[in-house]
Amino acid sequence: MLVAAVALALLAVALAWPVPVLLARAAWTRQAPATALLLWQAIALAGALSIMGALLTFGLAPFGDTLIDGAVGFVGVYSGDRAIGALDLGNLFALTAAALFGGHLLLNLLLTAVRSERQRQRHRHLVRMLSSPLADSALVDSPLADSALGDRRGLRLIDTPAPVAYCLPGATRSVTVLSAGLMRLLGGDELRAVIEHERAHVDQRHYLVLLAFRAWHASLPWFPVTSLADREVGELVEMLADDRARRTVDDRTLATAIALVAGMPRRDATDAVPAEGDDVFAAESSHITAAARVRRLLGARRGVPRTSRLAVAAGAGALIAVPTVMLLAPSVGLG
Amino acid sequence: MATLGELERSVMDVLWDSGDSLTAYELLERLGDAGTGRQLAPTTVLTVLSRLEAKGFVQRERSVRPHRYGAISSREDHMAELMHEVLGGAGDRTAVLERFVGQVSPDEAALLRRLLEKD
Repeated sequence: MLVAAVALALLAVALAWPVPVLLARAAWTRQAPATALLLWQAIALAGALSIMGALLTFGLAPFGDTLIDGAVGFVGVYSGDRAIGALDLGNLFALTAAALFGGHLLLNLLLTAVRSERQRQRHRHLVRMLSSPLADSALVDSPLADSALGDRRGLRLIDTPAPVAYCLPGATRSVTVLSAGLMRLLGGDELRAVIEHERAHVDQRHYLVLLAFRAWHASLPWFPVTSLADREVGELVEMLADDRARRTVDDRTLATAIALVAGMPRRDATDAVPAEGDDVFAAESSHITAAARVRRLLGARRGVPRTSRLAVAAGAGALIAVPTVMLLAPSVGLG
Repeated sequence: MATLGELERSVMDVLWDSGDSLTAYELLERLGDAGTGRQLAPTTVLTVLSRLEAKGFVQRERSVRPHRYGAISSREDHMAELMHEVLGGAGDRTAVLERFVGQVSPDEAALLRRLLEKD
């Protein structure tokens, strides 16, 4: 049981630091964002399972070799079958830490989800009061062809000059909001790209994975890996939505749409900045998602082979299976 | 037949445009004028008003009879509230909405221009 605890602890340490850092640096993730997101979720889940598993395994060691034995023994303390003296201070400390850590994570997840949903609900009300269905808008006909918008369900228009586009996801209903400023700024294909991108967010329910990593970061704000993971997952989600938009428009159109909405100046602004500043910008912009997305779209499209992606997915599954098996299976050769 | 959501919007539009608090009857009249209330029953308007009250958009003056209903904030204030959330001024990013493009500074926007031109 103690060997299992140490093994789980080592796994937890690996998943808490070097593995996420390495994954964040890997270039392949930008070419296969769906696979990368799967791996990130597996790392987060396996990490939590390993930490909890290590603490519980150590804490319940006096009661048996597996977690099930340990749980039975623990319950036995309350029913009087076992003496609490079987647990020493170290065991109790580990069990308390497990309860606090697990409780903290779950509570944070719950609170973040509730707060997020409440804010979203309020925003939905605001959108309903301040917007009109896109299909009804006069702006729709100029200069867009009717086909550019396709299915217009769930699209609303707000009368503001700032060019914004966003979606309000939800379990049962969602709405995508475009501004009048955006409609005037973008051409037909560019607009279609924006709508497809937001549709991907809604259809694939990205808000769930974003919520999980946001909550994880909120639980452990002082831990740099959680903010790294949050940023990485956020960027990968945007690229995944971009991949959906790429199915209907070409890469350059999408890149232009991103740049225009980001506020790219219409006229050439390069004379204001010296040529040497380019590399500095390149380095600094590595954490600016919009620039990363544009670079990715303009660069050569290197796919990741299907076999490699499947291998990573299998690895993700194994990553979750390892701590699970170690906890539940009777003495997996570790005793 | 308008949906409840569309009715809520129509009622708010009337309240915002009038700039004053109105009785349910006055509201019904003005909704009729605007072409949306021709078949509205008074109970429907009252239902819509109580929903708007619950959502925090409308306040009811009970000191006078009949009750008067008024918008709590102006349309501009609500739009400002909405844009504040969209543009990320809410501070704690609780993943409420997903923007097509997040916050980008003018320098960064100029960089995007150069990226597109280089290509």
